[in-house]
Amino acid sequence: MELMERFAAGDLDAFEALFRQHQAEVFRWILRIVRNTAMAEDLTVEAFWRVYRAHARFDAVNGNFGGWLRRIATNVAIDHLRRSRREVPLPEDLGAAPSRPGEQSEMRRQILCALGKLSPRLRGAVLLALVEEEPYEEIARALSISVNAVKVRVFRGVRILRKELLRAGVQP
Amino acid sequence: MSEREIEELKKLLKGTLEPTGDAELRQDLWPAMLRRLDERPVRVPWWDWVLLAGVVALFCFFPGTIPALLYHL
Repeated sequence: MELMERFAAGDLDAFEALFRQHQAEVFRWILRIVRNTAMAEDLTVEAFWRVYRAHARFDAVNGNFGGWLRRIATNVAIDHLRRSRREVPLPEDLGAAPSRPGEQSEMRRQILCALGKLSPRLRGAVLLALVEEEPYEEIARALSISVNAVKVRVFRGVRILRKELLRAGVQP
Repeated sequence: MSEREIEELKKLLKGTLEPTGDAELRQDLWPAMLRRLDERPVRVPWWDWVLLAGVVALFCFFPGTIPALLYHL
C-alpha cells in the first residue's frame, strides 16, 4: 500500500514518515507568518495534529498532500494571529534588523505597532507578499483564495499601514 | 496608491523585519507530536450520563423528591 493510502487509513507509521518529510517546510511557512520561533514550533505540531485528525478526509489517490498541508498550516497560523491580536501587536523574536538606538528604534516600534493593527488576514498577506516576497500564486494557494483576492488584501493592508504610519509621523 | 508607494513601504518593512529565509528547525518535533497524539480528551463514562439522565427523569416525574434530595445534600 502506498504511503498516502496508509496515511488516509490512519496508519501512524505513515503519518510519522510524512511528518518527518514535511515538518521543516511547515515550520518555515508558519514562521513567515507568526515570526516567533517557539510559537512556530508549537503551531507546526498543531497543524499536523489537525492533519492527523482529518486523515480520513484526505483523497489518497488524487489529493495533493503538500498543498493540503500548506492550507492547514496557514489556517493554524492565521488563527493564532487572530487569538493573539489583543495580547501583543506583533510577536517577533527574529527577523528583525539589528537594533539601532534612538530615532531608528522608535520608527521600528511604530512600524511593528502599525502592523499589529492590521487584521490577521491582511497581516498574513502583507508579511508573505512584501517581507518574505512569496509569489502571489503561492500565497493564493495557501489561503485558498484567488490571486486577485491576494492582491486586494495586500493593497488594503498597505493602504492601512501607510495611514497608520503617517498618523504616527513616520513617512513611508 | 502607486506601485512606487508599495515599493517604498516594502523597503521600509524589510528594513524592520528581515525575511526569515531558510530558518532551520531547532529540534525534531516528532516527540512533541507524539505527546500531542497521546493527549486524551476528558471523557465522562457512559454510566455517569445514565445516572444523570435518571436523576433528571426522577425530578421531572416526581418533583417532590427535589426538596428531599436538597435536604440530604
